[in-house]
Amino acid sequence: MHEIVSDKSWELLENCPIQNEYDIVKARQIVRQYAKEAGMGIVDQTRITTAVSELFRNMYMYAGGGEVIIEKGLVQERNALIITCIDKGPGIENIDLVMTDGYTSGQGMGYGLPGSKRLVDIFEIYSKLNVGTTVRITKWR
Amino acid sequence: MIFNEKRIPIIKIRDYLIVSIQVDMHDRLAIQLQSQILEEIHRTGAKGVLIDISTLEMVDSFIGRVLSGMASMAAIMDAAVVIVGMQPAVAITLVELGLEMPGVDTALNMEYGMEMLEKRLNKD
Repeated sequence: MHEIVSDKSWELLENCPIQNEYDIVKARQIVRQYAKEAGMGIVDQTRITTAVSELFRNMYMYAGGGEVIIEKGLVQERNALIITCIDKGPGIENIDLVMTDGYTSGQGMGYGLPGSKRLVDIFEIYSKLNVGTTVRITKWR
Repeated sequence: MIFNEKRIPIIKIRDYLIVSIQVDMHDRLAIQLQSQILEEIHRTGAKGVLIDISTLEMVDSFIGRVLSGMASMAAIMDAAVVIVGMQPAVAITLVELGLEMPGVDTALNMEYGMEMLEKRLNKD
């Protein structure tokens, strides 16, 4: 697990706060719009929108909200949409455990993190107890 | 945004309730719809519920759970739920996400969904 840093060459598209349930809906609609503009097909648009919806809800439920950064740029020499979710919540004690299919802390269904990982090309997670969690997903066009 | 606290209409035709979800639902709206439908089943004695999700652009684990929960709850109240019109991209994503929706009947469109419910009612 390494700290997640932005590539300087990426272009910032949007910065959205997640503070309530409406923000989740709004932010996932914004992500879909950028996916569409990036030329992704309907299935990839749906994949990335669903993946971020899971992540945004996690931020809202477990960390009381957070911040979403939407960027585009080259990743492994391919055009990509990069979405980074940053929260200042309690942090995750055991990342391997939350990345296990079917694991849930009780409120969810256990599909959140491993499910959204399957829907994207790159999935990165960094968490520090009592500091917060950052999750970044990358989807190539 | 203005979809704040808007209710999703539920229409009754004969023994059926028809619900067409045409907004991107936030979590509380989904939960509200769940209880609204159960109340309508109770109030009208409807035997079947058709839920059209053809305009839904995504179904994540939360909405999936609400839909399958709704089907189980309605079954206990002796009503069948059929989800109709799921977009192909949504079906692909649901499976990749790993979400199974046990006990949920689906049909390609409203017409097939209605036939499904009619067959079931005639059997009883």
